[in-house]
Amino acid sequence: MSTRVTHTPHEALGLSAHDLVSMYRTAVTARLLDEAAFRQNRMGRAPFVVPASGHEGCQIGTAWAMRRGTDIWLPYYRDLGVVLVAGMTPYEVFLGIFSKADDPSSAGRQMPAHWGSRRLGIISGSSPIATQVPHAAGVAYAVKYRSEDAVVGCWFGEGATSEGDWHEGLNFAGVHRLPVIFVCENNHYAISVPQSKQMAVQDVAIRAEGYGFPGEVVDGNDVIACYGAMKRAHDRARAGEGPTLIECKTYRFQPHTSDDDDRGYRSREEVEEARHHDPIVQFGAYLAEHGVLDASGQDELRTEIKDAIDVDIATAWDAADPDPATALRHVFAEDA
Amino acid sequence: MHDPPKIDRPTAMTEKNVVTAIRDALHDELASDERVVLLGEDVGARGGVFRISDGWMAEFGEQRIIDTPLAESAIVGVAIGMAVHGLLPVAEIQFADFIHPAFDQIVSEAARMRYRSNGDFGVPLVIRTPCGGGIHGALYHSQSIEAFYAHVPGVKVVMPSTPADAAGLLRSAIRDPDPVLFLEHKKTYRAVKGEVPDERIEVPIGVADVKREGTDISVITYGYETHRCLEAAQRLEEDEHVSVEVVDVRTIAPLDVETILTSVRKTSKAMVVYEDNRSFGAGAEIASTIAEEAMFDLDAPIVRIGGPDIPAMPFATPLEHFYIEPEPDHLYRRMLSLARF
Repeated sequence: MSTRVTHTPHEALGLSAHDLVSMYRTAVTARLLDEAAFRQNRMGRAPFVVPASGHEGCQIGTAWAMRRGTDIWLPYYRDLGVVLVAGMTPYEVFLGIFSKADDPSSAGRQMPAHWGSRRLGIISGSSPIATQVPHAAGVAYAVKYRSEDAVVGCWFGEGATSEGDWHEGLNFAGVHRLPVIFVCENNHYAISVPQSKQMAVQDVAIRAEGYGFPGEVVDGNDVIACYGAMKRAHDRARAGEGPTLIECKTYRFQPHTSDDDDRGYRSREEVEEARHHDPIVQFGAYLAEHGVLDASGQDELRTEIKDAIDVDIATAWDAADPDPATALRHVFAEDA
Repeated sequence: MHDPPKIDRPTAMTEKNVVTAIRDALHDELASDERVVLLGEDVGARGGVFRISDGWMAEFGEQRIIDTPLAESAIVGVAIGMAVHGLLPVAEIQFADFIHPAFDQIVSEAARMRYRSNGDFGVPLVIRTPCGGGIHGALYHSQSIEAFYAHVPGVKVVMPSTPADAAGLLRSAIRDPDPVLFLEHKKTYRAVKGEVPDERIEVPIGVADVKREGTDISVITYGYETHRCLEAAQRLEEDEHVSVEVVDVRTIAPLDVETILTSVRKTSKAMVVYEDNRSFGAGAEIASTIAEEAMFDLDAPIVRIGGPDIPAMPFATPLEHFYIEPEPDHLYRRMLSLARF
């Protein structure tokens, strides 16, 4: 795995110390929430969870360049960090994990991590891979058609890039120069299949040339670099210059899902080596180095977040289950 | 959005064929609501392979009449994105035989978006596509695809047989808040003419139509088979004084069970006729519904007539004819034998 290390001073990107602390807080929230969710699974309280740990750098970094309430989000199932930035709360995430009636994504109809919320501008997603990519192009077409100042963000893994829908979506977006950003979180495995068997190229980003727009490789473990790439793409989109493909090289620390066992396809040494590039550890070091938040401040923040998550878990666990009588609803529109 | 006009007086009518009725209705919708956009292969400069959108790219602009890349999954997938963000897309799949790459987008996405989001998102999408055979379309320009999609909760499947139904159902489909697969039987396009109201009248989705009233047997059908059944019914009346009621379901899903059962209970004899392969087709659903709900009203076993279980209609005339009519005048003869049962 080759990563291109970039050091982007946050001031150059217009990020304040306050911004950095907010980003760090969100990244740590994603990590602690993710670990807590996995524990809930192993305790038998959550039938299925989708780990995100390791992806926080690219998720928080790219999502941070989007505007809550204005831009449109099409995340995939690993995008816990993205939806936290979009405005979903940890409590709401746990409502989904426990499939409660108030789960904002689906009221307990979908597996956890199948995000959606009209209120937050997160377009409801499914399990089949890359189906959201043509949707992103279509939403962006509607944005342009209606002369709205919105940008569409669309996230997926590198496995998604093998799907026909991925090609078809990027091609359509390129033809119409749509305000959409395609973000590949390349963790080098589609469940068990390594990138070398997924594609014959090193970089997904080079495929952008085939669609007539720029592609950029970025260190997905460098949250500020990811923000910078996304900010440039966002500026391009708003200026009417069309789509961008951003490839964030990263790694997934946990198995694909709570039902996966990654020991058969990844060596422990490889996973351990990847943990040396933990995006949150790196981000923490950056914050300390630049005098934004020192190690003890980070520890305090971590404790504060963990305590809040424990409360969210307890509250969400006690929330109401869906009423079986509602199972037949919403196949079609109901009369207002 | 405007409400359909109330019919409290005879409306002026114009005779049209089906393709003209569809064109006029679609044109009206485009002209009256700028949220409506048309996308598909060759719909722009070419005006559609059946000329339905001829001249519209100039009239409505390239932003609304969108020549897409040759990619059916994207046509539907992009349209879904448009639909969840305020537009009313009418996606055209050039031939129903080519819709299969979009199956996932229709089934996993369009049909499930509302359910999976607990009503948060809807997909007001129309997918128009020409289907059916009898026009030398062979294996890949003759298919019947309704059963694949009628099986899927969350998508409505309609197939008009007349110009008036085509116009009225298309209006309803565009104004429907959920995805509608709008199947246009190619054989009806120019062969079937009829009076169409000049007013923009909607034909409701999910309501069958008794195309011919009768008392001896009920024939439940749809699409171009409606016309074959009506023709056979007319000759039976003249030749044998057999009175055949022909019910055109018009909407395959959701099925208008009430109209079907009302007819069957009246005549006590039921025949289901459909062009699709016989096995596991829409006719099986109709026949089983009748069996479940009206068994004790029947004086004869239900007759089910579908196409042979071969992959659509072969090209050569005798082979194609065999698909449509495996025995000479088989609809007439099967109707007669059911009436005499």
